[in-house]
Amino acid sequence: MRMLINVAETVVADALRGIAAAHPELTVDVENRVIVRRDAPVEGKVALVSGGGSGHEPLHSGFVGPGMLSAALPGEVFTSPVPDQMVRAAAAVDSGAGVLFVVKNYTGDVLNFDMAAELAEDEGIQVAKVLVDDDVAVTDSLYTAGRRGTGGTLFVEKLAGAAADAGMPLERVEAVARRVNENTRSFGVALSACSTPAKGGPTFDLPSGELELGVGIHGEPGRERRPMMTSREVADFAVNAVLEDLAPHNPVLLLVNGMGGTPLLELYGFSAEIQRVLVERGVAVARTLVGNYVTSLDMAGASVTLCQVDEEMLRLWDAPVRTPALRWGC
Amino acid sequence: MLDALFFRNWLTATADAVDREAERLTELDSPIGDADHGSNLRRGFRAVAAVLEKETPDTPGAVLMLAGRQLISTVGGASGPLYGTLLRRTGKELGDAPEVGPARFAAALRTGVDAVAALGGAAPGDKTMLDALAPGIDALDDSLGTFAAAREAALQGALATTPLQARKGRASYLGERSIGHQDPGATSSALLFEALAETADGIGGASREGSRG
Repeated sequence: MRMLINVAETVVADALRGIAAAHPELTVDVENRVIVRRDAPVEGKVALVSGGGSGHEPLHSGFVGPGMLSAALPGEVFTSPVPDQMVRAAAAVDSGAGVLFVVKNYTGDVLNFDMAAELAEDEGIQVAKVLVDDDVAVTDSLYTAGRRGTGGTLFVEKLAGAAADAGMPLERVEAVARRVNENTRSFGVALSACSTPAKGGPTFDLPSGELELGVGIHGEPGRERRPMMTSREVADFAVNAVLEDLAPHNPVLLLVNGMGGTPLLELYGFSAEIQRVLVERGVAVARTLVGNYVTSLDMAGASVTLCQVDEEMLRLWDAPVRTPALRWGC
Repeated sequence: MLDALFFRNWLTATADAVDREAERLTELDSPIGDADHGSNLRRGFRAVAAVLEKETPDTPGAVLMLAGRQLISTVGGASGPLYGTLLRRTGKELGDAPEVGPARFAAALRTGVDAVAALGGAAPGDKTMLDALAPGIDALDDSLGTFAAAREAALQGALATTPLQARKGRASYLGERSIGHQDPGATSSALLFEALAETADGIGGASREGSRG
Protein backbone atom coordinates (compact mmCIF):
# COMPACT_ATOMS: atom_id res chain seq x y z
CA MET A 1 0.00 0.00 0.00
CA ARG A 2 1.35 3.40 -0.95
CA MET A 3 -0.59 5.92 1.06
CA LEU A 4 0.70 8.79 3.11
CA ILE A 5 -1.53 8.11 6.10
CA ASN A 6 -1.29 7.05 9.72
CA VAL A 7 -4.11 4.52 10.00
CA ALA A 8 -7.29 4.18 7.93
CA GLU A 9 -9.50 5.07 10.92
CA THR A 10 -8.06 8.58 11.27
CA VAL A 11 -7.63 9.74 7.66
CA VAL A 12 -10.65 12.06 7.77
CA ALA A 13 -9.78 13.58 11.14
CA ASP A 14 -6.14 14.01 10.14
CA ALA A 15 -7.15 15.83 6.96
CA LEU A 16 -9.50 18.09 8.92
CA ARG A 17 -6.67 19.09 11.24
CA GLY A 18 -4.67 20.00 8.15
CA ILE A 19 -7.50 22.07 6.70
CA ALA A 20 -7.86 23.90 10.02
CA ALA A 21 -4.16 24.71 10.11
CA ALA A 22 -4.00 25.83 6.49
CA HIS A 23 -7.20 27.86 6.39
CA PRO A 24 -7.75 30.15 9.36
CA GLU A 25 -10.65 31.68 7.42
CA LEU A 26 -12.59 28.48 8.16
CA THR A 27 -13.83 27.13 11.47
CA VAL A 28 -13.13 23.41 11.58
CA ASP A 29 -14.81 21.23 14.18
CA VAL A 30 -12.61 18.15 13.86
CA GLU A 31 -14.54 16.06 16.37
CA ASN A 32 -17.97 16.60 14.82
CA ARG A 33 -16.66 16.96 11.27
CA VAL A 34 -18.18 20.28 10.37
CA ILE A 35 -16.36 22.97 8.38
CA VAL A 36 -17.92 26.43 8.51
CA ARG A 37 -16.86 29.75 7.00
CA ARG A 38 -15.64 31.82 9.89
CA ASP A 39 -17.97 34.75 9.34
CA ALA A 40 -21.13 32.59 9.43
CA PRO A 41 -23.97 33.11 9.99
CA VAL A 42 -24.02 35.96 7.49
CA GLU A 43 -26.84 38.31 8.42
CA GLY A 44 -29.82 38.19 6.08
CA LYS A 45 -28.23 35.71 3.67
CA VAL A 46 -29.33 32.20 2.77
CA ALA A 47 -26.78 29.58 3.84
CA LEU A 48 -25.57 26.72 1.64
CA VAL A 49 -24.67 23.40 3.23
CA SER A 50 -23.30 20.42 1.39
CA GLY A 51 -21.37 17.32 2.18
CA GLY A 52 -20.77 13.77 1.23
CA GLY A 53 -18.22 11.08 1.57
CA SER A 54 -14.59 12.05 1.98
CA GLY A 55 -12.22 11.20 -0.86
CA HIS A 56 -13.64 13.73 -3.34
CA GLU A 57 -11.48 16.67 -2.25
CA PRO A 58 -11.52 19.55 -2.84
CA LEU A 59 -15.30 18.85 -3.01
CA HIS A 60 -16.83 19.90 -0.57
CA SER A 61 -14.43 21.22 2.08
CA GLY A 62 -12.44 23.19 -0.51
CA PHE A 63 -15.57 25.05 -1.61
CA VAL A 64 -16.43 26.68 1.72
CA GLY A 65 -16.21 30.45 1.81
CA PRO A 66 -17.77 33.67 0.54
CA GLY A 67 -19.55 33.14 -2.77
CA MET A 68 -19.97 29.40 -2.37
CA LEU A 69 -20.73 27.05 0.57
CA SER A 70 -21.41 28.17 4.12
CA ALA A 71 -20.55 24.76 5.53
CA ALA A 72 -19.29 21.37 4.42
CA LEU A 73 -19.63 18.00 6.09
CA PRO A 74 -17.19 15.25 5.28
CA GLY A 75 -18.35 11.72 5.97
CA GLU A 76 -16.14 8.68 6.17
CA VAL A 77 -14.34 7.86 2.92
CA PHE A 78 -17.02 7.44 0.21
CA THR A 79 -19.72 7.30 2.90
CA SER A 80 -22.25 10.06 3.38
CA PRO A 81 -22.12 12.13 6.56
CA VAL A 82 -24.67 11.50 9.30
CA PRO A 83 -27.70 13.70 10.09
CA ASP A 84 -26.11 14.97 13.32
CA GLN A 85 -23.37 16.70 11.31
CA MET A 86 -25.88 18.26 8.95
CA VAL A 87 -28.13 19.59 11.69
CA ARG A 88 -25.15 20.98 13.60
CA ALA A 89 -23.93 22.73 10.46
CA ALA A 90 -27.37 24.10 9.59
CA ALA A 91 -27.70 25.55 13.08
CA ALA A 92 -24.24 27.13 12.84
CA VAL A 93 -24.81 28.89 9.52
CA ASP A 94 -28.50 29.80 9.55
CA SER A 95 -29.05 33.52 9.92
CA GLY A 96 -32.80 33.09 9.88
CA ALA A 97 -32.96 33.32 6.08
CA GLY A 98 -32.91 29.55 5.69
CA VAL A 99 -30.54 26.83 4.56
CA LEU A 100 -30.19 25.07 1.21
CA PHE A 101 -28.88 21.51 1.35
CA VAL A 102 -27.02 20.55 -1.82
CA VAL A 103 -27.28 16.77 -2.08
CA LYS A 104 -25.60 14.48 -4.58
CA ASN A 105 -27.94 11.75 -5.73
CA TYR A 106 -26.62 8.70 -3.91
CA THR A 107 -28.91 6.61 -1.73
CA GLY A 108 -26.93 7.29 1.44
CA ASP A 109 -26.63 11.03 0.95
CA VAL A 110 -30.32 11.36 0.12
CA LEU A 111 -31.49 9.38 3.16
CA ASN A 112 -29.22 11.18 5.62
CA PHE A 113 -30.01 14.66 4.29
CA ASP A 114 -33.75 13.85 4.34
CA MET A 115 -33.52 12.89 8.00
CA ALA A 116 -31.43 15.97 8.74
CA ALA A 117 -33.91 18.28 7.01
CA GLU A 118 -36.70 17.00 9.23
CA LEU A 119 -34.61 17.40 12.37
CA ALA A 120 -33.46 20.90 11.38
CA GLU A 121 -37.03 21.96 10.67
CA ASP A 122 -37.97 20.68 14.13
CA GLU A 123 -35.42 23.17 15.43
CA GLY A 124 -37.09 25.98 13.54
CA ILE A 125 -34.61 26.18 10.67
CA GLN A 126 -36.14 26.66 7.22
CA VAL A 127 -34.58 24.07 4.91
CA ALA A 128 -34.73 23.50 1.17
CA LYS A 129 -32.98 20.70 -0.68
CA VAL A 130 -31.66 20.35 -4.19
CA LEU A 131 -30.60 17.03 -5.64
CA VAL A 132 -27.68 16.97 -8.08
CA ASP A 133 -27.96 14.19 -10.67
CA ASP A 134 -25.88 15.15 -13.67
CA ASP A 135 -24.22 11.86 -14.65
CA VAL A 136 -25.44 10.65 -18.03
CA ALA A 137 -23.66 7.29 -17.66
CA VAL A 138 -26.53 6.09 -15.49
CA THR A 139 -29.93 5.48 -16.98
CA ASP A 140 -32.48 7.25 -14.87
CA SER A 141 -35.05 4.49 -14.67
CA LEU A 142 -36.84 2.20 -12.25
CA TYR A 143 -33.88 -0.13 -12.53
CA THR A 144 -31.26 2.12 -10.99
CA ALA A 145 -30.97 4.43 -8.00
CA GLY A 146 -31.16 7.27 -10.53
CA ARG A 147 -28.43 9.40 -11.99
CA ARG A 148 -25.45 10.11 -9.80
CA GLY A 149 -24.33 13.56 -8.75
CA THR A 150 -20.77 14.17 -9.94
CA GLY A 151 -18.92 17.13 -11.50
CA GLY A 152 -22.11 19.18 -11.85
CA THR A 153 -22.08 19.62 -8.08
CA LEU A 154 -19.38 22.26 -8.48
CA PHE A 155 -21.58 24.34 -10.78
CA VAL A 156 -24.61 24.01 -8.50
CA GLU A 157 -22.61 25.05 -5.45
CA LYS A 158 -20.91 27.96 -7.20
CA LEU A 159 -23.98 29.45 -8.86
CA ALA A 160 -26.33 28.91 -5.93
CA GLY A 161 -23.63 30.25 -3.61
CA ALA A 162 -23.40 33.40 -5.70
CA ALA A 163 -27.19 33.70 -5.65
CA ALA A 164 -27.19 33.47 -1.86
CA ASP A 165 -24.37 35.98 -1.66
CA ALA A 166 -26.41 38.36 -3.82
CA GLY A 167 -29.09 38.28 -1.13
CA MET A 168 -31.72 36.23 -2.97
CA PRO A 169 -34.32 34.57 -0.74
CA LEU A 170 -34.26 30.82 -0.14
CA GLU A 171 -36.81 29.92 -2.81
CA ARG A 172 -34.87 31.83 -5.46
CA VAL A 173 -31.54 30.34 -4.44
CA GLU A 174 -33.18 26.92 -4.58
CA ALA A 175 -34.60 27.71 -8.02
CA VAL A 176 -31.16 28.73 -9.30
CA ALA A 177 -29.68 25.48 -7.97
CA ARG A 178 -32.39 23.45 -9.73
CA ARG A 179 -31.93 25.35 -12.96
CA VAL A 180 -28.19 24.67 -12.88
CA ASN A 181 -28.78 20.97 -12.26
CA GLU A 182 -31.34 20.71 -15.06
CA ASN A 183 -28.87 22.27 -17.49
CA THR A 184 -25.84 20.25 -16.44
CA ARG A 185 -24.58 16.84 -17.61
CA SER A 186 -21.40 14.88 -16.97
CA PHE A 187 -19.58 11.80 -18.15
CA GLY A 188 -16.52 10.19 -16.56
CA VAL A 189 -13.85 7.68 -17.49
CA ALA A 190 -11.36 5.76 -15.37
CA LEU A 191 -7.92 4.52 -16.36
CA SER A 192 -7.35 2.91 -12.98
CA ALA A 193 -9.33 1.89 -9.93
CA CYS A 194 -8.82 3.96 -6.81
CA SER A 195 -7.47 2.67 -3.51
CA THR A 196 -9.53 3.26 -0.39
CA PRO A 197 -7.70 3.49 2.94
CA ALA A 198 -10.08 0.91 4.48
CA LYS A 199 -9.32 -1.66 1.81
CA GLY A 200 -5.68 -0.66 1.37
CA GLY A 201 -5.73 -1.48 -2.32
CA PRO A 202 -7.63 -0.99 -5.58
CA THR A 203 -11.41 -1.35 -5.29
CA PHE A 204 -11.64 -3.23 -8.57
CA ASP A 205 -9.27 -4.82 -11.01
CA LEU A 206 -8.55 -2.76 -14.13
CA PRO A 207 -5.64 -4.11 -16.15
CA SER A 208 -3.41 -1.50 -17.80
CA GLY A 209 -4.35 -1.23 -21.43
CA GLU A 210 -8.04 -1.02 -20.60
CA LEU A 211 -10.32 1.75 -19.45
CA GLU A 212 -13.75 2.05 -17.86
CA LEU A 213 -16.29 4.31 -19.54
CA GLY A 214 -19.07 5.92 -17.52
CA VAL A 215 -17.67 5.82 -14.02
CA GLY A 216 -18.94 7.68 -11.00
CA ILE A 217 -16.78 9.08 -8.23
CA HIS A 218 -16.67 6.19 -5.80
CA GLY A 219 -14.20 3.87 -7.40
CA GLU A 220 -17.01 1.75 -8.76
CA PRO A 221 -16.62 0.28 -12.25
CA GLY A 222 -18.39 2.07 -15.08
CA ARG A 223 -20.96 0.95 -17.57
CA GLU A 224 -18.50 -0.53 -20.06
CA ARG A 225 -14.87 -1.63 -20.29
CA ARG A 226 -12.84 -1.13 -23.47
CA PRO A 227 -9.28 -1.38 -24.72
CA MET A 228 -7.31 1.80 -24.06
CA MET A 229 -8.29 4.78 -26.22
CA THR A 230 -6.44 8.00 -27.07
CA SER A 231 -7.31 11.29 -25.43
CA ARG A 232 -8.95 12.30 -28.71
CA GLU A 233 -11.12 9.17 -28.80
CA VAL A 234 -12.13 9.52 -25.16
CA ALA A 235 -13.05 13.17 -25.74
CA ASP A 236 -15.26 12.22 -28.69
CA PHE A 237 -16.94 9.48 -26.69
CA ALA A 238 -17.49 11.59 -23.55
CA VAL A 239 -18.80 14.69 -25.32
CA ASN A 240 -21.11 12.62 -27.50
CA ALA A 241 -22.48 10.90 -24.41
CA VAL A 242 -23.18 14.27 -22.80
CA LEU A 243 -24.65 15.85 -25.93
CA GLU A 244 -26.97 12.90 -26.48
CA ASP A 245 -28.67 14.10 -23.34
CA LEU A 246 -28.19 17.86 -23.40
CA ALA A 247 -28.44 19.74 -26.68
CA PRO A 248 -27.32 23.22 -25.64
CA HIS A 249 -28.67 26.22 -27.51
CA ASN A 250 -26.81 28.57 -25.17
CA PRO A 251 -23.09 28.74 -24.36
CA VAL A 252 -21.81 26.31 -21.76
CA LEU A 253 -19.53 26.31 -18.77
CA LEU A 254 -17.02 23.51 -19.25
CA LEU A 255 -15.40 21.58 -16.43
CA VAL A 256 -12.63 19.17 -17.39
CA ASN A 257 -12.17 17.43 -14.12
CA GLY A 258 -9.41 15.12 -12.96
CA MET A 259 -10.28 12.14 -10.77
CA GLY A 260 -7.26 12.64 -8.54
CA GLY A 261 -4.61 10.52 -10.24
CA THR A 262 -4.28 12.20 -13.63
CA PRO A 263 -1.65 14.94 -14.04
CA LEU A 264 -2.58 18.39 -15.31
CA LEU A 265 -0.40 17.80 -18.36
CA GLU A 266 -2.83 15.07 -19.43
CA LEU A 267 -5.91 17.03 -18.32
CA TYR A 268 -4.98 20.06 -20.41
CA GLY A 269 -4.33 17.85 -23.42
CA PHE A 270 -7.70 16.20 -22.85
CA SER A 271 -9.27 19.63 -22.46
CA ALA A 272 -7.91 20.65 -25.88
CA GLU A 273 -9.60 17.59 -27.40
CA ILE A 274 -12.86 18.41 -25.61
CA GLN A 275 -12.78 21.96 -26.95
CA ARG A 276 -12.14 20.59 -30.44
CA VAL A 277 -15.20 18.30 -30.32
CA LEU A 278 -17.36 21.07 -28.95
CA VAL A 279 -16.35 23.38 -31.80
CA GLU A 280 -17.11 20.57 -34.27
CA ARG A 281 -20.51 20.10 -32.66
CA GLY A 282 -21.24 23.82 -32.68
CA VAL A 283 -21.31 24.27 -28.91
CA ALA A 284 -19.96 27.61 -27.67
CA VAL A 285 -17.88 27.47 -24.51
CA ALA A 286 -18.28 30.54 -22.31
CA ARG A 287 -15.86 29.57 -19.51
CA THR A 288 -13.52 26.65 -18.91
CA LEU A 289 -12.20 25.18 -15.69
CA VAL A 290 -9.51 22.48 -15.77
CA GLY A 291 -8.24 20.68 -12.70
CA ASN A 292 -8.91 18.17 -9.94
CA TYR A 293 -12.14 19.37 -8.35
CA VAL A 294 -14.45 16.39 -7.84
CA THR A 295 -12.09 13.51 -7.31
CA SER A 296 -12.16 9.85 -6.50
CA LEU A 297 -9.08 9.46 -4.28
CA ASP A 298 -6.16 8.39 -6.48
CA MET A 299 -8.19 7.23 -9.45
CA ALA A 300 -6.63 8.00 -12.83
CA GLY A 301 -9.23 9.39 -15.18
CA ALA A 302 -11.28 12.43 -15.96
CA SER A 303 -14.81 13.65 -16.32
CA VAL A 304 -16.41 16.22 -18.58
CA THR A 305 -19.22 18.44 -17.35
CA LEU A 306 -21.20 20.90 -19.44
CA CYS A 307 -23.53 23.45 -17.90
CA GLN A 308 -25.69 25.42 -20.28
CA VAL A 309 -25.98 28.99 -19.04
CA ASP A 310 -28.19 32.01 -19.59
CA GLU A 311 -27.00 35.54 -18.84
CA GLU A 312 -27.93 35.43 -15.17
CA MET A 313 -26.18 32.09 -14.67
CA LEU A 314 -23.04 33.37 -16.38
CA ARG A 315 -23.05 36.44 -14.09
CA LEU A 316 -23.38 34.14 -11.07
CA TRP A 317 -20.43 32.08 -12.31
CA ASP A 318 -18.29 35.19 -12.74
CA ALA A 319 -19.25 36.58 -9.30
CA PRO A 320 -16.41 36.69 -6.75
CA VAL A 321 -15.64 33.53 -4.82
CA ARG A 322 -13.10 32.99 -2.05
CA THR A 323 -12.64 29.38 -1.00
CA PRO A 324 -9.57 27.16 -0.59
CA ALA A 325 -10.02 25.54 -4.03
CA LEU A 326 -11.97 28.07 -6.08
CA ARG A 327 -11.04 31.72 -5.90
CA TRP A 328 -11.48 34.64 -8.22
CA GLY A 329 -12.72 38.20 -8.42
CA CYS A 330 -11.74 39.08 -4.88
CA MET B 1 -40.84 -13.88 27.05
CA LEU B 2 -38.15 -11.58 25.77
CA ASP B 3 -36.93 -8.80 28.02
CA ALA B 4 -34.58 -5.83 27.69
CA LEU B 5 -31.56 -7.97 28.45
CA PHE B 6 -32.46 -10.36 25.64
CA PHE B 7 -32.46 -7.46 23.19
CA ARG B 8 -29.22 -6.08 24.55
CA ASN B 9 -27.67 -9.50 24.14
CA TRP B 10 -29.03 -9.74 20.61
CA LEU B 11 -27.43 -6.44 19.61
CA THR B 12 -24.17 -7.31 21.34
CA ALA B 13 -24.15 -10.64 19.49
CA THR B 14 -24.82 -8.72 16.27
CA ALA B 15 -21.90 -6.41 17.04
CA ASP B 16 -19.69 -9.48 17.56
CA ALA B 17 -20.90 -11.07 14.33
CA VAL B 18 -20.34 -7.85 12.37
CA ASP B 19 -16.88 -7.57 13.89
CA ARG B 20 -16.10 -11.13 12.88
CA GLU B 21 -17.48 -10.74 9.36
CA ALA B 22 -16.45 -7.13 8.67
CA GLU B 23 -13.69 -7.99 6.26
CA ARG B 24 -15.89 -10.36 4.31
CA LEU B 25 -18.64 -7.72 4.07
CA THR B 26 -16.13 -5.18 2.78
CA GLU B 27 -14.80 -7.77 0.33
CA LEU B 28 -18.36 -8.38 -0.98
CA ASP B 29 -18.80 -4.63 -1.27
CA SER B 30 -15.67 -4.25 -3.45
CA PRO B 31 -16.81 -5.46 -6.85
CA ILE B 32 -20.27 -3.86 -6.75
CA GLY B 33 -20.01 -1.09 -4.16
CA ASP B 34 -17.25 0.97 -2.62
CA ALA B 35 -15.60 -1.48 -0.29
CA ASP B 36 -16.65 -0.13 3.07
CA HIS B 37 -19.79 -1.96 4.20
CA GLY B 38 -17.93 -3.98 6.83
CA SER B 39 -15.98 -1.10 8.30
CA ASN B 40 -19.06 1.16 8.37
CA LEU B 41 -21.26 -1.38 10.14
CA ARG B 42 -18.50 -2.33 12.53
CA ARG B 43 -18.14 1.30 13.57
CA GLY B 44 -21.91 1.56 14.09
CA PHE B 45 -22.48 -1.65 16.03
CA ARG B 46 -19.45 -1.04 18.23
CA ALA B 47 -21.03 2.28 19.12
CA VAL B 48 -24.34 0.48 19.78
CA ALA B 49 -22.67 -2.02 22.12
CA ALA B 50 -20.91 0.83 23.92
CA VAL B 51 -24.03 2.95 24.41
CA LEU B 52 -26.10 -0.01 25.59
CA GLU B 53 -23.49 -0.77 28.21
CA LYS B 54 -23.54 2.81 29.40
CA GLU B 55 -27.25 3.57 29.36
CA THR B 56 -28.88 0.15 30.00
CA PRO B 57 -32.46 1.00 28.95
CA ASP B 58 -34.94 -1.26 30.73
CA THR B 59 -37.53 -2.13 28.07
CA PRO B 60 -37.10 -3.95 24.74
CA GLY B 61 -38.52 -0.94 22.91
CA ALA B 62 -36.09 1.48 24.54
CA VAL B 63 -33.13 -0.79 23.78
CA LEU B 64 -34.01 -0.93 20.09
CA MET B 65 -34.79 2.78 19.81
CA LEU B 66 -31.48 3.74 21.41
CA ALA B 67 -29.56 1.32 19.20
CA GLY B 68 -31.30 2.63 16.07
CA ARG B 69 -30.52 6.24 16.95
CA GLN B 70 -26.91 5.30 17.54
CA LEU B 71 -26.64 3.64 14.12
CA ILE B 72 -28.11 6.70 12.39
CA SER B 73 -25.59 8.90 14.21
CA THR B 74 -22.50 6.84 13.49
CA VAL B 75 -22.75 4.76 10.31
CA GLY B 76 -23.58 7.19 7.50
CA GLY B 77 -24.11 5.97 3.97
CA ALA B 78 -27.35 4.19 3.22
CA SER B 79 -26.89 1.46 5.81
CA GLY B 80 -26.95 3.94 8.71
CA PRO B 81 -30.45 5.28 8.08
CA LEU B 82 -31.75 1.90 6.89
CA TYR B 83 -30.52 -0.22 9.82
CA GLY B 84 -31.26 2.65 12.17
CA THR B 85 -34.83 2.82 10.92
CA LEU B 86 -35.23 -0.96 11.17
CA LEU B 87 -34.37 -0.94 14.87
CA ARG B 88 -36.08 2.33 15.74
CA ARG B 89 -39.38 1.42 14.12
CA THR B 90 -39.32 -2.05 15.64
CA GLY B 91 -38.60 -0.54 19.04
CA LYS B 92 -41.27 2.11 18.66
CA GLU B 93 -43.80 -0.59 17.80
CA LEU B 94 -42.95 -2.50 20.98
CA GLY B 95 -43.78 0.58 23.04
CA ASP B 96 -42.87 0.44 26.72
CA ALA B 97 -43.77 -3.20 27.41
CA PRO B 98 -41.25 -4.64 29.91
CA GLU B 99 -41.37 -8.04 28.14
CA VAL B 100 -42.70 -9.20 24.79
CA GLY B 101 -43.60 -12.59 23.40
CA PRO B 102 -42.03 -13.87 20.18
CA ALA B 103 -45.22 -13.24 18.19
CA ARG B 104 -45.40 -9.62 19.24
CA PHE B 105 -41.72 -9.19 18.49
CA ALA B 106 -42.18 -10.74 15.05
CA ALA B 107 -45.05 -8.35 14.30
CA ALA B 108 -42.98 -5.36 15.42
CA LEU B 109 -40.00 -6.49 13.40
CA ARG B 110 -42.23 -6.72 10.35
CA THR B 111 -43.19 -3.07 10.87
CA GLY B 112 -39.48 -2.29 10.99
CA VAL B 113 -38.79 -4.22 7.78
CA ASP B 114 -41.71 -2.46 6.06
CA ALA B 115 -40.25 0.90 7.16
CA VAL B 116 -36.91 -0.06 5.60
CA ALA B 117 -38.65 -0.94 2.34
CA ALA B 118 -40.50 2.38 2.36
CA LEU B 119 -37.41 4.45 3.17
CA GLY B 120 -35.21 2.82 0.56
CA GLY B 121 -38.00 2.43 -1.98
CA ALA B 122 -36.89 -1.16 -2.54
CA ALA B 123 -38.68 -4.49 -2.78
CA PRO B 124 -37.44 -8.06 -2.45
CA GLY B 125 -35.60 -9.01 -5.65
CA ASP B 126 -33.85 -5.64 -6.00
CA LYS B 127 -30.65 -7.13 -4.57
CA THR B 128 -30.66 -5.25 -1.27
CA MET B 129 -30.84 -6.03 2.45
CA LEU B 130 -34.57 -6.69 1.98
CA ASP B 131 -33.71 -9.94 0.23
CA ALA B 132 -32.61 -11.30 3.60
CA LEU B 133 -34.94 -9.31 5.87
CA ALA B 134 -38.16 -10.23 4.07
CA PRO B 135 -37.67 -14.03 4.03
CA GLY B 136 -36.32 -13.83 7.58
CA ILE B 137 -39.42 -12.12 8.91
CA ASP B 138 -41.72 -14.37 6.85
CA ALA B 139 -40.09 -17.46 8.35
CA LEU B 140 -40.36 -15.98 11.82
CA ASP B 141 -44.10 -15.54 11.30
CA ASP B 142 -44.63 -18.99 9.76
CA SER B 143 -42.69 -20.78 12.44
CA LEU B 144 -44.40 -18.92 15.27
CA GLY B 145 -41.18 -17.32 16.34
CA THR B 146 -38.59 -20.02 15.80
CA PHE B 147 -35.46 -17.98 15.39
CA ALA B 148 -33.52 -20.87 13.84
CA ALA B 149 -35.95 -20.99 10.91
CA ALA B 150 -35.61 -17.25 10.43
CA ARG B 151 -31.83 -17.53 10.47
CA GLU B 152 -31.89 -20.15 7.74
CA ALA B 153 -34.40 -18.25 5.59
CA ALA B 154 -32.42 -14.99 5.85
CA LEU B 155 -29.19 -16.76 5.00
CA GLN B 156 -30.75 -18.44 1.96
CA GLY B 157 -32.20 -15.08 0.95
CA ALA B 158 -28.75 -13.49 1.10
CA LEU B 159 -27.19 -16.30 -0.94
CA ALA B 160 -29.98 -16.01 -3.50
CA THR B 161 -29.00 -12.41 -4.30
CA THR B 162 -25.96 -13.59 -6.30
CA PRO B 163 -27.69 -14.08 -9.67
CA LEU B 164 -29.84 -10.94 -9.30
CA GLN B 165 -29.28 -7.62 -11.05
CA ALA B 166 -29.20 -4.73 -8.59
CA ARG B 167 -31.96 -2.16 -8.95
CA LYS B 168 -31.30 -0.01 -5.89
CA GLY B 169 -28.25 1.44 -4.22
CA ARG B 170 -24.82 1.91 -5.64
CA ALA B 171 -24.63 -1.55 -7.22
CA SER B 172 -27.49 -0.56 -9.52
CA TYR B 173 -25.09 1.69 -11.46
CA LEU B 174 -23.37 -1.44 -12.73
CA GLY B 175 -26.49 -2.77 -14.42
CA GLU B 176 -25.90 -6.30 -15.66
CA ARG B 177 -22.41 -6.27 -14.25
CA SER B 178 -23.87 -6.49 -10.76
CA ILE B 179 -24.97 -10.05 -11.56
CA GLY B 180 -22.84 -12.80 -10.02
CA HIS B 181 -22.03 -11.07 -6.73
CA GLN B 182 -23.68 -11.68 -3.38
CA ASP B 183 -25.21 -8.51 -1.99
CA PRO B 184 -23.29 -7.17 1.02
CA GLY B 185 -26.40 -5.58 2.58
CA ALA B 186 -28.39 -8.81 2.42
CA THR B 187 -25.38 -10.59 3.90
CA SER B 188 -25.19 -8.25 6.88
CA SER B 189 -28.96 -8.50 7.35
CA ALA B 190 -28.61 -12.28 7.58
CA LEU B 191 -26.12 -11.69 10.41
CA LEU B 192 -28.88 -9.95 12.38
CA PHE B 193 -31.01 -13.10 12.23
CA GLU B 194 -28.01 -15.28 12.97
CA ALA B 195 -27.28 -13.28 16.12
CA LEU B 196 -30.96 -13.51 17.05
CA ALA B 197 -30.92 -17.29 16.79
CA GLU B 198 -27.67 -17.46 18.75
CA THR B 199 -29.11 -15.28 21.48
CA ALA B 200 -32.28 -17.35 21.70
CA ASP B 201 -30.31 -20.62 21.69
CA GLY B 202 -27.94 -20.22 24.54
CA ILE B 203 -26.97 -16.84 25.73
CA GLY B 204 -30.60 -15.75 25.58
CA GLY B 205 -31.77 -18.48 27.95
CA ALA B 206 -29.14 -17.63 30.51
CA SER B 207 -29.76 -13.93 30.25
CA ARG B 208 -33.49 -14.31 30.85
CA GLU B 209 -32.72 -15.92 34.19
CA GLY B 210 -30.15 -13.26 34.95
CA SER B 211 -32.50 -10.42 34.23
CA ARG B 212 -35.17 -11.34 36.75
CA GLY B 213 -35.43 -9.61 40.07
